[in-house]
Amino acid sequence: MNRTQVRRWWRLSQQSPWIATLQFLIFMALVMWVVLRGAAEMGYQWQWYNIPEYLWKEYKGELYPGQLTKGLMVTLEMTFWCTIFTLLVGLITALLRMSNSWSGSLLATIYLEVVRNTPLLVQLYLFYFVLSPIFGVDRFWTGVICLTFYEASFVAEIIRSGIVSVDRGQWEAGDAVGLSRRDAYRFIVLPQAVPLMLPPLTGQIINLIKHSAIVSVIAVADLTTEGRNIIADTFMSFEIWFTVAGIYLVITLTLSVFVTWLERRVRVRT
Amino acid sequence: MTENQDPIIRLTDVSKFFGEFQALKSVNMEVQLGERVVVCGPSGSGKSTMIRCINRLEEHDAGRIVVDGKELTEDMGNILAVRREVGMVFQQFNLFPHLTVLRNLTLAPMRARKLSLKEAEEVAMQYLERVQIPDQANKYPSQLSGGQQQRVAIARSLCMKPRIMLFDEPTSALDPEMIKEVLDVMIELAREGMTMIVVTHEMGFAKTVADTMVFMDHGEIVESAPPSDFFTAPESERTQLFLSQILSH
Ligand SMILES: Nc1ncnc2c1ncn2[C@@H]1O[C@H](COP(=O)(O)OP(=O)(O)OP(=O)(O)O)[C@@H](O)[C@H]1O
Ligand SMILES: [Mg+2]
Repeated sequence: MNRTQVRRWWRLSQQSPWIATLQFLIFMALVMWVVLRGAAEMGYQWQWYNIPEYLWKEYKGELYPGQLTKGLMVTLEMTFWCTIFTLLVGLITALLRMSNSWSGSLLATIYLEVVRNTPLLVQLYLFYFVLSPIFGVDRFWTGVICLTFYEASFVAEIIRSGIVSVDRGQWEAGDAVGLSRRDAYRFIVLPQAVPLMLPPLTGQIINLIKHSAIVSVIAVADLTTEGRNIIADTFMSFEIWFTVAGIYLVITLTLSVFVTWLERRVRVRT
Repeated sequence: MTENQDPIIRLTDVSKFFGEFQALKSVNMEVQLGERVVVCGPSGSGKSTMIRCINRLEEHDAGRIVVDGKELTEDMGNILAVRREVGMVFQQFNLFPHLTVLRNLTLAPMRARKLSLKEAEEVAMQYLERVQIPDQANKYPSQLSGGQQQRVAIARSLCMKPRIMLFDEPTSALDPEMIKEVLDVMIELAREGMTMIVVTHEMGFAKTVADTMVFMDHGEIVESAPPSDFFTAPESERTQLFLSQILSH
């Protein structure tokens, strides 16, 4: 093959989904080969046949969730509550930051700076060892609260920039017809800002799911913790970590596809 | 209209600063009920700033503004009350793009005047007929021409049954062939006795409707006179210069 041919191939591979898929498969095969070779050299005993029982169990013809599935449910439950609280805290923070009250905007700014400039792990320890004993909060809710305050600092910014991107003339038109600030938010500004916020907000939920793995350090029985527990019992670290990563991937990729779809819809409408 | 009646709008020594820059310099103006005032002046002279102070889209820094007996201060109740009395039409229309024409018109009456949906829709249709686009009620603003959008914006203001209408260069953003349809609606409104302050450079319109012409320059009201005097014998040199420029176009 001469250079022009190579270039043609390259261009084709950029356009054709089939060639792209082929490239991807070859790449994955290479990765697999490296992993398998490495494992074989370590004398690692693959036990994939043991994995399904950690996903689901059959007992008298009925299916029951396995340990990993139970962990996944905890992860999803945390994500659910965090999402709700994060939106609330994020919205309140964004509104405080934009308000005319200087004490409100100072409070919001301090919160944002503190949360963004300390490690999440340290925040979690602070909540777990300091706040939760004082207020008697259990591990699960400690994790939820800690993650909420962390993610909400990003969500506040997403909400704020969404609101700011609504044309100033819209506020003025609302003022001019005598709407209260609240009504202007509710009927004019938020309905225009929310479609713009949805894609980045969904992206933030993806981050939330990934960040939620950190609660395994305070032994909340989420997906990551269950993975660690199983490995402690069985030493199947390769299979379990691959499976755990795969489960996270399936969920986050599904959401990613949803984001892409949302973004396209928003772009079409505006 | 009697001369000794209390003015419905009174600006006394109103000043406005943007940082160091003084956009209004001790402006005094009185507008009587039913009076039509046309404001003109070069770009940056403070025309928009002045009328935006009247419904508190801008806060004045000194002086007093009294609208229909209510002084504009920090008091939010007063501000909202004044805004319900005063309609405003913007150069860029500022319609709500996510709402249909009909919803654009019913929103404020329902929220700020507490009309029922049915009442608000009746009022809305009535004003859409006045501006001659009742058939566009269920379209979105982006589906209308500029002239139609501006007429919707006028109707939206009228739905609040204001006693005063402010217009800030309502035809400046329009294609030439659409200017007339908007001016016609405004002339009609003037005929019905609406109190109006109109910032515009449409001098033909000004001659038709104005009771008073106001010329502003550098944040000051330089001249204020009935159109007969204003156009034929302006007192100030700055006014003469401005008029010669604008009328020669
Ligand atoms: N929000 C603002 N911040 C800073 N300066 C401002 C602001 N609004 C207006 N100005 C300044 O105040 C002056 C008066 O502005 P204004 O908009 O009232 O002028 P205008 O007479 O309406 O002009 P135009 O014919 O261009 O609309 C201008 O010099 C403008 O730059
Ligand atoms: Mg202006």
